[in-house]
Amino acid sequence: MVAISVDGLTRTFGDVTAVDDLSFTVDDGEIFGLLGPNGAGKSTLINVLVTLLRPTAGTATVDGHDVESETAAVRDSLGIVFQEPALDEELTGAENLAFHARLYGMDRRERTERIDEILDLVGLADERDDPVGTYSGGMKRRLEIGRGLLHEPAVLFLDEPTVGLDARTRRDTWEYIQRMNREAGVTIVLTTHYIEEAEHLCDRVAVVDDGEIAAIDTPAALTASLGGDVVTLAVEGSTGALTDRLDEQSWVTEYTRTDEGVTVTVERGEARIADLVRLADDAGVTITSVDLRRPNLETVFLSLTGATIEERETGDAERPVATEAER
Amino acid sequence: MNLVDPLGVYALWRRDVTRFLRAPSRIIGSIAMPLLFLVFLAFGFSGAAIPGLPEGVDYLQFLVPGMIGFTMLFGASFAGLSILSDQEVGFLKEILVAPISRTSIVLGRIAGGSTTALVQAILILLLSIPLGFRPVSLLSLPLALVFLLLIAVTFVGFGVALASQFSDSEGFNLVVQFVIFPLFFLSGAIYPISSLPGPVQFLALLNPLTYGVDGLRAVLVGTSTYPLVVDLGALLFSSVVMVAAGTYLFERVEAV
Repeated sequence: MVAISVDGLTRTFGDVTAVDDLSFTVDDGEIFGLLGPNGAGKSTLINVLVTLLRPTAGTATVDGHDVESETAAVRDSLGIVFQEPALDEELTGAENLAFHARLYGMDRRERTERIDEILDLVGLADERDDPVGTYSGGMKRRLEIGRGLLHEPAVLFLDEPTVGLDARTRRDTWEYIQRMNREAGVTIVLTTHYIEEAEHLCDRVAVVDDGEIAAIDTPAALTASLGGDVVTLAVEGSTGALTDRLDEQSWVTEYTRTDEGVTVTVERGEARIADLVRLADDAGVTITSVDLRRPNLETVFLSLTGATIEERETGDAERPVATEAER
Repeated sequence: MNLVDPLGVYALWRRDVTRFLRAPSRIIGSIAMPLLFLVFLAFGFSGAAIPGLPEGVDYLQFLVPGMIGFTMLFGASFAGLSILSDQEVGFLKEILVAPISRTSIVLGRIAGGSTTALVQAILILLLSIPLGFRPVSLLSLPLALVFLLLIAVTFVGFGVALASQFSDSEGFNLVVQFVIFPLFFLSGAIYPISSLPGPVQFLALLNPLTYGVDGLRAVLVGTSTYPLVVDLGALLFSSVVMVAAGTYLFERVEAV
């Protein structure tokens, strides 16, 4: 069964195309990750799927309901935890849940039952009558995740579920998400710009960059597709003599020339560094630095988009600073 | 999605009431300003010859309905504008993504805002009694309640409509200073409208609060500028228009 189906989905804001002609499906019971830097269009995609934004073009269904023509059915079948907390801090945890339950049309009996269940599930039964303003960041997150599940949705969306949480709380939150997925059988779609989060949590990951999906597969298949470790050699002068020699080596899976030198994909990179240095020496090429990266989703992102997630984000951050300076 | 979802409206109403009752400081804060106005104006101008004041009506008697109207104007408008603070803390998204119509959301806000504004106005009315205010007849109190309710609905709707035009709460102070205070001064709450210059008087006639204050004066003090039916009709009309405007404009607010 398909939980989410997206076909040719596009959303623009004026001249900016935030989501560009996306197509993919998410199966029932999956934990599906959208991995990419801030500003890649992940949140816009989620907001279209949860009916807060209308698609500019294309279609999408959640639990079989069209997000544009069957808004009410879509809203009934999804839960969402937004990137920014969306709790009433003056109400207690139980009151926030009761508010939610009423908006989703749950009668009194169902409401009290489910609220007790959820508070137990997210471990907030003892704090149920405390104002949410007194909760820690991790407790608020848990309450929101619980609230997202209160009306038993088919799909739970989590927009950057662990941003702003410390390392420990992040791990706890991962555990909760996995438990919810297992115990409530709910399909989970999450966005993240944390590599470890995507690797640790997700059954499948879509690598999102600049409003497009660069690749989509299991974390293991994505890293395996790289064919080994990535050794980045920065060299002085021309790389021609070095790449000629690389062509002759059977153990080189793949190489690409970059501005600074060459990126070589090999198996067991740590054992091949010496060989690479010797080759460069023989070719009369001076190496200025060597960098070895194990294949993980970070290197997948790098090889797909030509930059790391961090570079993409700081790049975005630097632009406005530059315009400040120009003024 | 039904156009009106009673349980959803109730959820929103209950949230507003819970928040209101939970913060006694907010209740005190909300009635402090009208109460101070009432006390100082009543004592400061007691015995002064205020032009246009009806024959035989003491200034305190004249002022109390005005200050009740003032309380309603502020309480209700702020309740409508509180959509902006919900937006700022992110809670609005939780409401907008729920399977209830925008109309239900506006109705819920109006129900909650009217209730809290009504409590504030009744507190002012009660506190005015030790100051010397005497309602002309207790039988008129239910009718006063009708007027209060219509004023509340009008101005919560007005607040919702205004809030829909801002993307953050920065415009809030501007609204208070350039919209809500003028509405107050143009309502005949603290002096008869007849003292205002001609063109300004015309503006006052377009102000729903003018009819609200006049109606309250009719039922609480027994004196009014316009017939009771005119006051009631004007307020009914403004309620319908403001609720429609608030709903219409809020429907068009983009959620993110």
